[in-house]
Amino acid sequence: MKSPRRLWPWQAGLLVAIFVFWHLMTTPGLLPNFMFENDRQASFFFGEPIKIGGRIWAWFVTEADIYRHLLVTLTETLLAFGIGSALGLGAGLWLALSPVASGILEPYIKAANSMPRIILAPIFSVWFGLGIASKVALGVTLVFFIVFFNVYQGVKEVSPVVLANARMLGAGPKQLLRHVYLPSATSWVFSSLHTSVGLAFVGAVVGEYLGSSQGVGYLILQAEGTFDINTVMAGILVLTAFALVLDAAVGKVEKRLMKWQPKAGETEKL
Amino acid sequence: MSAPALALADVACTFISKDDPGQRYTAVRDVTLTVGAGEFVSVVGPTGCGKSTLLNVAAGLLQPSTGSVQVFGQPLTGINTRAGYMFQAESLMPWRTALANVMAGLEFRSVATADARAQAEEWLRRVGLGGFGDRYPHQLSGGMRKRTSLAQTLALDPDIILMDEPFSALDIQTRQLMENEVLELWARKKKAVLFITHDLDEAIAMSDRVVIMSAGPAARLIGEFNIDIARPRDVAEVKMTPRFVELHAAIWAQLREEVLKGYAQQLKVA
Repeated sequence: MKSPRRLWPWQAGLLVAIFVFWHLMTTPGLLPNFMFENDRQASFFFGEPIKIGGRIWAWFVTEADIYRHLLVTLTETLLAFGIGSALGLGAGLWLALSPVASGILEPYIKAANSMPRIILAPIFSVWFGLGIASKVALGVTLVFFIVFFNVYQGVKEVSPVVLANARMLGAGPKQLLRHVYLPSATSWVFSSLHTSVGLAFVGAVVGEYLGSSQGVGYLILQAEGTFDINTVMAGILVLTAFALVLDAAVGKVEKRLMKWQPKAGETEKL
Repeated sequence: MSAPALALADVACTFISKDDPGQRYTAVRDVTLTVGAGEFVSVVGPTGCGKSTLLNVAAGLLQPSTGSVQVFGQPLTGINTRAGYMFQAESLMPWRTALANVMAGLEFRSVATADARAQAEEWLRRVGLGGFGDRYPHQLSGGMRKRTSLAQTLALDPDIILMDEPFSALDIQTRQLMENEVLELWARKKKAVLFITHDLDEAIAMSDRVVIMSAGPAARLIGEFNIDIARPRDVAEVKMTPRFVELHAAIWAQLREEVLKGYAQQLKVA
């Protein structure tokens, strides 16, 4: 792989090119019409980058009213991630260590996992109302299964030698759980961290989009109601940037917590 | 005379195939073996003859199908708490640093943390890893990991040490260093050692007594030799002495047939 230093001008250039292309194609009267009959139609369907930029500027600087919504979306994401991970960790450990329970529950888990769980969103709004709780619930159902399957796998794949060694060193059942099964399982949780945080975010935004009174998803829903395509696009861009920041933060956390794991190409061996 | 540290009487181990309960495999049978307190006993035999099975029985990790195991005159139930076990495969917990790995056994036995740390540091120094306590297993070389395992096992000050081809994965130079280190540590505090190896040189150079196993399946003990070479020994130098050569010739004469039998059996299966 080439060093990132030499690649970033190209990456930035591509971004600029996309926006320039977008601008040229959508600004009314800039280019002769070849797709639409009316020169306003392109901007109606695709928005105009300059106006979208203005919208984002207003959200963050002049009106500064998006922080409240971002905070709501972030809270929902983190709650969904936290609760979903904790439940998945608990359920995964329990089922992996109790063959009878996992035998009985296996078909139900398969069914619950293969069900398109996004469809639960309307039910959750009925149960938990239009506030934060219904979005968190949706995110939890998405995160739970990712974490659950990873923990289950992680516990099943604990090296039998490490396990036997811990037993020989005098570890009782509780200590095995705490010092062998849990660390092994959490390593699998962290390996799925990017996916599960991403899904918690999806749960939060989709939940907001389907019915809410605050959050970035709500802003998009509102703008869509008035055919304000520029605001919709602005919302999508903000969400994308937000997801990237979230992903970078997860990467940082992962690096700190997983420093015992060997990385490819690491040459620290002595 | 006091009871031997470890006494196996008429031990047999028969495994039942999980997929097909009709399929049985007898790994070892009619094994009667005693290891006196402070005695260093090696078991040699062709590959796949059930040496590790025997060790797992002595450790209490495996229940024998018939026969009994006594530890210092007491019948063994569950894990053998007076034994330390050094495994053939990697047995360190990868999520713990070298120091934390050595501390693990002390921690499991509820030794105070500060005390456990001091003891673990002392043991790491003794196996020549004083400055490497904060490394994770993947940051250590194979030989260093084995040393850490050795420190981990010895830190608990077990009365019986079980070793399952502990150095088979090491290169010849590292191996001789480790063998001498083990002999030195053993000479300081005479423990009962049951040492499994397929390397006859190693067995003779280190032991008070060498026991020979027949080829599997249903492996038995077929010979026993007292190694009357003066201690302290250096594993490299002792190999030049006439007595070593004599003993080697005598034991090899008996072992050779079994090795060939074991090899023929493996060819048949393949």
